[in-house]
Amino acid sequence: MRTIRFILRKEFLQIFRNKAMLPIIFIIPLIQLIILANAVTFEIKNITFNVIDFDQSSYSRELISKFTASNYFTFNRSSFSVENSQEDFRTNDSKLIIVIPKNFEKDFIKTGNSKVQLLIRAEDGNAAVIIQNYSTNIIRQFNIGIIPEWQGANTWKTPPMIDITYSNWFNPQLNYKTYMVPGILVLLVTTVGMFLTGMNITREKEMGTIEQINVTPIKKYQFIIGKLIPFWIISLFELAFGLLVAKIIFDIPILGSIFLIFFVASIYLFVVLGIGLFISTITETQQQSMFIAWFCMIVFLLMGGIFTPIESMPSWAQTIAFFNPVAHFNKAMRMIMLKGSDLSDIHQTIYFLLIYATVILSLSVWRYRKVS
Amino acid sequence: MHIVEVSGIHKSYKSTKALDDISFDVNYGEIFGFIGPDGAGKTTLFRILTTLLIPDKGNALVLGNDVVKDYKKIRKRVGYMAGRFSLYQDLTVEENLKFYATIFGTTIEENYDLIKEIYVQIEPFKKRRAGKLSGGMKQKLALCCALIHKPDLLILDEPTTGVDPVSRNEFWDMLMNLKEQGITILVSTPYMNEAALCDRVALIQNGKTLSIDTPENIINRYTKIILGVRSDNMYDLLLKLQKYKYTHSVQPFGEYLHYTDKREKPNLEELKDYLNKNGHTSSEIITTPPDIEDCFMELMEEKEHVN
Repeated sequence: MRTIRFILRKEFLQIFRNKAMLPIIFIIPLIQLIILANAVTFEIKNITFNVIDFDQSSYSRELISKFTASNYFTFNRSSFSVENSQEDFRTNDSKLIIVIPKNFEKDFIKTGNSKVQLLIRAEDGNAAVIIQNYSTNIIRQFNIGIIPEWQGANTWKTPPMIDITYSNWFNPQLNYKTYMVPGILVLLVTTVGMFLTGMNITREKEMGTIEQINVTPIKKYQFIIGKLIPFWIISLFELAFGLLVAKIIFDIPILGSIFLIFFVASIYLFVVLGIGLFISTITETQQQSMFIAWFCMIVFLLMGGIFTPIESMPSWAQTIAFFNPVAHFNKAMRMIMLKGSDLSDIHQTIYFLLIYATVILSLSVWRYRKVS
Repeated sequence: MHIVEVSGIHKSYKSTKALDDISFDVNYGEIFGFIGPDGAGKTTLFRILTTLLIPDKGNALVLGNDVVKDYKKIRKRVGYMAGRFSLYQDLTVEENLKFYATIFGTTIEENYDLIKEIYVQIEPFKKRRAGKLSGGMKQKLALCCALIHKPDLLILDEPTTGVDPVSRNEFWDMLMNLKEQGITILVSTPYMNEAALCDRVALIQNGKTLSIDTPENIINRYTKIILGVRSDNMYDLLLKLQKYKYTHSVQPFGEYLHYTDKREKPNLEELKDYLNKNGHTSSEIITTPPDIEDCFMELMEEKEHVN
């Protein structure tokens, strides 16, 4: 016990003597939360659009004014040639071209059927889909407004329609920050845990200090505990700091118990630290361990459901995501924070993380012996 | 019973033989030196003895314990100083020492007597980070850390490499003191002149030991007569002597060239004549007793001829 206590003291001494450490602990979470939470949103505003109106009728003008009136679209320019208008695609001046054909109004009144063409710039597929959705929405509203107008003349009955209304539970305003911040906290804890642990041990290898440690009677479990506990504490502290910032700056709802958040996080951290430890056993320099940790991070985060929902992935990717600890922790964090889930709701996540932690820690402890 | 007993150790890295059938014993209380050029296998051997590496073949007993099976017992009683400074650079002198004392389950106070003489020299800097110390200071700190648990055996891997001559002499004085306190020391060095300071030395080259004996015996076994030759232009003298038909070997050695003859006895007159003819009219020739360095040079050259 005395030895472990002393090793911990030495580790903390070294960690806080490292000049980069305090900024890492305090500045990174602030920047990540403030910038990412504000920047990562799936809303698109100021969609610039061009108009090619061959019809020049009151209907066509009304349709265009519906677009201009919406918050999402900004009128760029109007022309009478598709080629000419497409120039703006190349120069990035316009994201959408609305082409209204000749006889738009006439056809509509005569047959009740008319066509509008939407040309969307789609180098960013996600954005294109969103623009398409917004546009069809506006056209649908235009449609609903226009039907009674010409039907009135014919005194037909209004066709029966189902009115769909939405209610978004747990995030009524569909606020992206509410949704993103728990995810960013996950990202934060994962980065700090995995990178710092991996680099700390490879640093000992790089400096040659591990050689001197290995000739001492220090026991393997003492050494490993001494390496893991400091970063476990720092990461939990990091989470507390992040939650505080989230509450103060973004007023993120925390419906569930704070205690449960930390309980899940403390198990999850053993998985992350275990991965960091494992990386350090298979690498020789900080550079190598950094690169591998970075690679794992990218895969874990992109497949972790933080930025894109796991449900939208192909089924094979969902299978891979099942083995991604980030996905489980992220899910649990959102459930606890936004939905107020309790222990019985997330017990499966806890079992999974416990098994994962046991496997990865045993694996790295076993690997560690082979190197020393 | 010896403190270290090594028999038939082999160790290879892929196709390179780092150690090829090494056997030797170290007696209690002696300073045993391993002398050899870089890459001779000194570090590999020491890493095996300090239980950091497992030999491919052969046995090694340190303090009566097998280096593979009883490595835990060895680690408690051996002090090791690696060739490269391997203490924590971001901890202070005092913190490093305290850390190593604690993980060996002791305290600085308990063994202060042993390190006192060395520690007082670095004590004024005890609040300084180890990384900011000078080379000689680092080495003293490393020695203190290796001694803090009062080891029976001290294994020092090239402790004087890259250290200035004054600090080197000081360091050897410290080793002599430790020996008097009953600590056995196993030391390696690439500097041949340090061999004379050991009780016994082993010459190691290409993973093989060439000769293991006391420095005196190694010198006594040397039968050739050595001539020290000097003139105004030493470099030209070296070139001319290399061309001389009776030259066995010629090596620069301080202010003289050490010359040995192919024949049993060198002919001084003939040599003087040869030098006069080649423009070295003011040359000086003396006979000189063989140095341990001469012996090693000779042994290493013999070995190369055999190979």
